[in-house]
Order: sequence, then structure tokens, then C-alpha cells
Amino acid sequence: MPRIDLKPEQFSGYPPEARKLVTNDLAALQRLPLSFLPSLLREVIDYDFKFPAERKAIEKEMANLSSLSPEQTKDWFQGFAQIRLSPQLEQFDWINAPAQFVEQLSAYLWTTHQLDAFRVAALAYAERLRAAVPPEPPAIPRLGITVIGQGVTTSDEILFRKLRPHGVYYNRVQPENGLKQILEAVAARAKAHPAVHDHWYIDGGQEAAHDTALTCVSYHALGPARAALSSKIRVEIERPGMGPETLRTLLAQMRPADLGLEPRVAQGENGSAVESVGAVMDRFQVKLLTEGSGTQIFSTTFAQWAAREALRRAQPLTLLVRFAPRQRQKPMNEMLSAGTDSRVELDPMGSLVDADMGAYYNWLNQQRLTGAEQSSFLVWFENHSEAVAIGPSMPRGTESTTVVDLTKLLSWMI
Amino acid sequence: MVITFGGGARDQETFAPEGQENIPHLMRELIPQSTFFTQVINRGILGHYVATASLATGVYETVNNFASLPPEHPTVFEYFRKDLKRPASDAWVVAPSNGFNRIGESNNRSYGPGFGAGVILPKHLLTAASASGGDYEHLLRDNYETPFYTPELGGSEFELQQLQMLLKLSVDDFKKHARTLSSPDELSVYITRQLMQQIAPSLLWITLHDIDIAHAGAYSLYIEGIRRTDRLCAELWKTIQTEPEYAGNTTLFILPDFGRDSDDDSGGNGFQHHRTGDALSRTTWMMAMGAGVREGVVIDRALDSTDLVPSIGSILGFNASLAQGKPIVELA
Repeated sequence: MPRIDLKPEQFSGYPPEARKLVTNDLAALQRLPLSFLPSLLREVIDYDFKFPAERKAIEKEMANLSSLSPEQTKDWFQGFAQIRLSPQLEQFDWINAPAQFVEQLSAYLWTTHQLDAFRVAALAYAERLRAAVPPEPPAIPRLGITVIGQGVTTSDEILFRKLRPHGVYYNRVQPENGLKQILEAVAARAKAHPAVHDHWYIDGGQEAAHDTALTCVSYHALGPARAALSSKIRVEIERPGMGPETLRTLLAQMRPADLGLEPRVAQGENGSAVESVGAVMDRFQVKLLTEGSGTQIFSTTFAQWAAREALRRAQPLTLLVRFAPRQRQKPMNEMLSAGTDSRVELDPMGSLVDADMGAYYNWLNQQRLTGAEQSSFLVWFENHSEAVAIGPSMPRGTESTTVVDLTKLLSWMI
Repeated sequence: MVITFGGGARDQETFAPEGQENIPHLMRELIPQSTFFTQVINRGILGHYVATASLATGVYETVNNFASLPPEHPTVFEYFRKDLKRPASDAWVVAPSNGFNRIGESNNRSYGPGFGAGVILPKHLLTAASASGGDYEHLLRDNYETPFYTPELGGSEFELQQLQMLLKLSVDDFKKHARTLSSPDELSVYITRQLMQQIAPSLLWITLHDIDIAHAGAYSLYIEGIRRTDRLCAELWKTIQTEPEYAGNTTLFILPDFGRDSDDDSGGNGFQHHRTGDALSRTTWMMAMGAGVREGVVIDRALDSTDLVPSIGSILGFNASLAQGKPIVELA
């Protein structure tokens, strides 16, 4: 495995914390194969804008790499060392643009039929890393709540088909003040176990009044940013030579200020300007819009993707996701009709189906985190009497006709 | 005739027990009349253009999925036309987006220019026909993987005036009829019927694509796309049986280009994309029916998606000499 020659000054473009991290472990990084190293740097370069859980994971991974002897490193990365790279990839500025390198590497792996080998190497590495540095269990059992069906008055849809086998299906839930009760329950958890970005509320529409202890993201609040992104894209795609790869690169380079989100700067330890905690959220929200597919146009997609990314990255203890009606996809004949009304219509029924699947994905993504066997999950059809409760105290694949309100139901779960 | 059940659909939304409600026509009408292959593996690149090009050449193509480039290996259309000395009018492709404009003809030196199929891009035609007025954002969205980007057309374009000349369809009638249709795939099927009635090509390839709306992340729209595609496949089969040039002497293949990501793979986002390359996204099915095909037969052994072209060669009498796949013995 050829040694990569790295020098601290090559990382001068990195944000301060990331630079410190990488230069401390330069010797270990030099021993890594080029088919792997940029993937790690892609995470490291954003270290200053990562959630606490992500930072901890990167620090542990770097410490583990530093603890490996050259022989051990060779053994750990033999799968990656077998991957052949093109001269173009080898000459790419992967130090300063690791994300773009990874994107090009992905395309190269597909075309050279090396994707499966890369996948095997990546899975083997992840497994070894997990064994060497086990992820920490959550401070308290996780709780996920998903509220679906806002705006639907009646529905014949059989809901929660994928979730029912995993818990109790309740069909006599008292819906009065249901959302308020849920928000109070999650706020109580946030106050009892306070930590930055451990308790989230994601709304696919306009957020309801909520406790400030919750980290909140909403589709409505990002309206101006979505509009700014849309108009930037329209300008960019008109430029000569613009293609999907170039457009993706441009999107990846967008910063909160590009979409009208206020820059948030605070004083660092040595008096230098550093971006604040709020900046982490701004970056997170920009990524939801620039990396997520469909998050810009469909609120249901936004809510599901935001939940996925929050779970994957922040690994919260509490996550409330409330879906809202998305805009209706107009059929072709309506698009062709002269004088088409440009007003946005909503599609509550289609959104109910989207959100039902979204709830299942929220549960799947929660179960990928540590402490899955102790985690609980509730999905409720907003303003209706149907819900499914999943957790250690909920017998799987059962039904209950007990009359219960959401406060009581949540108290049985956690 | 080949129909790609396009845009990538997963087993759990189609042939798995919980998905069968989405494909009533395939389940009740078409399967009983077909030889059904339950495992067709795509080992190539899972992008729609490159995967469809691979289906059409019988070789796993590696062309850039988003560039206007021809396949590198001879297509089924070239084998068919060159070996059987068929005229240009006898092989056609109806495809969803500008990105498919080069799919009719490879750049292989032994075949290539002059031996390919004509390619019609109905959505592009409609956009051209409706050059003024209206909201055409929906139509201009060229594909769902890169929704903001429409590639330039390359290769020989099926011009608007050919609508009238070849398909005996005035621009006004075309526009009028389009206003009654709900999706680009319905437009593709409409154009296919016109082709069958006016030109009656012997080799016809239709790529359906509505299902790929899944990239936008709305599950209900993905399911709607599957149900529509199911209905359109049945409608085309009915058309085959009622058109005199096709009834009784046509073999129909229906197959997806590939699947979509599994819910279980944390690297993906379930039905939304086809990026992980996992087994679910690579494993699909194929239905063969009509002339020379046994009815009510289910084949469970695994096939390669590159086996399609050599199999069509066996049926029509040409040799797909550069294809990687092998003729499917159950169809011989």
C-alpha cells in the first residue's frame, strides 16, 4: 500500500477544529489507501459543523486509526487497497474537495464494476470499527413519535400496515388535544434530560407552539430558503456547459448565507471568529435542501428526509415528526390546459400515504441506532383514533380497544 | 415488442404478496398468458439510460448515464436490421426523455450509423408542439434522477413535421389528444399505438418511466406510477391482439430495467432511489408472452438481464454476436 505524503499546510483551508483534528493524526492518515481516505476527510472537513454525536464518532475513529500499527492498518484496509483508481482520481484535489472526490469515485466504481468490492471493504471496515470502538448507548431509551394525516377528515386507507406487526394497534385513542399532549410529553423529556440536539421536533408544515428546549426544523420556516434555492438553480441550469454533476457540486458548496440564512458568528477561545451552535443547524438545514431529493418541493419528503438525517447524524433521544399535506402533483393534462392556475393545491390523501410510509422509515431509522431493543415508537393519525405503539412494554402484533388519550398512552411506553 | 416496466419498481410493491394489489392487470390478465421469469439480475450500472442501453445491447454498458452518448455495443435494432436486411422503418424506440435519444444506434464500427432504430421522444415532441403558452415545467422535467437538468438533444431527432408524415397525426390533433392524458407514459403509449397503426414496425421498444417519480420521495406517487404502468402494459397487450399486423404473430417482453433500494439497507432511503446496488435493486423479473411462448409457465432460475437480446435474436432469426448474454432456453 503506497504511503500518501501529507503535510499540515495542505489542510490550511479546513475550518479550525477540523484542521486541528487532522493535523494531530496526520501520521495515521498517511497510511490509509486513497480509495478510503477522502471518505474520512469528507466527514472531518465538516467537523466544526457537526452534531455532538457525530463529533464523538469522528474523534473515536481517528483515535482508533492512530492506535493501529502499520501492519494492522494494512490488514484493516486490505479490501480498499485492492480498489484500482484512475489517474484522474489520483490527481484530484481530494484534500480540499473530498465530497466531490467521493462522488466521482462512486461513478468510477460503477463503471469499472468495482462497486461490489468496495461495498464489501466498506462493510468489513465498519464492522471492525464498531467492534473496536462500540457506539455509546443512549442516556435514556429513545422515543420516536410520528404524527400523520394532518388535514384528512375521513379515510378508507388501512394505516400502519408495516408497523402493526411490531407493536399494539390502538383504535380508540382520544384525539382531543392530542398534538398538545405529545408536545408536552417531549418537552418534559427534553427538560428532564437536557443536552444540545438530543430532543427534536420536525414539522412538514408550520410548526406548532413548542418548548424552546426542542431542536426544531420546519418546512414552513425554510420557505424563503427554498425559494432562494429554486431561483439559484434556475439561473445555474441556464449556464452553458451546466450538467448534473456540475450542478450537484454547486449545490454541495452552498452555504447558509447563499440561501438567505443569517450567518451566526461567535468568539472562539483565542478571540477568533467561529460559527456558533446555530450555525450547525443552519448547515444541517441547507444540506436537507441541497442534498435531499424532493425535499425542495414535497413537504412529506422533507419531513421524512429531515427525520432520517437527524437520526443518522444527531442520534437524538427524542424525535417528534409531524407530517403535513404536500402540494398536489398536477397531471399532464392539467399542465397543458391553457390558463393553468398557478396556485399550489394540497393533496392530503396522497400525503397520508406518503406519511404512513414515512412513519415506517422513521421507525426503521431509529432502530438502526444504539439501544434499539429499549427504544419506543408511537405513530398517530392526527385528530383520529388510530395509533400504533411499539416498545418493550408493547406486545407485538396485538390490538387494543382500550379508550386512552395520548398522554396516558405515552406514559405506558416510556 | 419490448416494454420496460420503467423507472425501477421493487418486488414488495409489485409481485410480493403485499404488492400484488398494485398490479392487478399483470397478475390476473398477463401472467396466466405468459412464461414468467421470477429472477432477472442486472449486474450493471443502475442508471436508467445506461441500464436500458444494456438491455438493448445485451452488454453491460458503461456510458455516462447523463450524457447524450450512443451505446458502445450494437443494439438489438442494429442486429435485427443488418442481419435480416430490414428497412429503417421496421425498428422503433419510444422513450421518455432527451437522455434516451441515442439509444437506437450504437457507435460500433461494424454496425452503427444507418442500421439503428428511429427514436421518438413523445414528451419532447409535445414540448416542441406547445412552444407557446401554458405551464410546461412538468413536461420539461426530463428525468427524475436529475430533476432540474434537461440534457441537450443529440443524434437524429424525430422532428415535429414527421408526426404528420409518418404517424398521420397533425400537431393540433397531437396536442388535443395529449390534453386528455395524465402522464408522459400515457403519451408514450398513445404514440406507440400510432406507430403500430401507421407503420407497423416489426421491432418496437417502449421505455416507460412514470414510476421513477419515486426519486421525489412521495410514496403515493410511486405507487400511482406502478398502477398506471400495470394498466398501460395491459392496454398495449390488448392493442397487439386487436391490430391486424400484430395479432397472433407478436411476442411481447415486459421487464423492469432494475429495482429500487431495499428498506433494510441503511445506505439508501428505501424506495426513493436505486443507489446502493443491493440485491433488491438488481433483481427483477420478466414476462414473455405471445407468439411462440408457452402460457402459464413460471421459471425460477436466475437469468441475466443481458440475456434478453440474444433471446430476441433466437426468436427473430438474427445473431447477437457481440452480446454477453445467452439465449434463454425456455424461449427457444
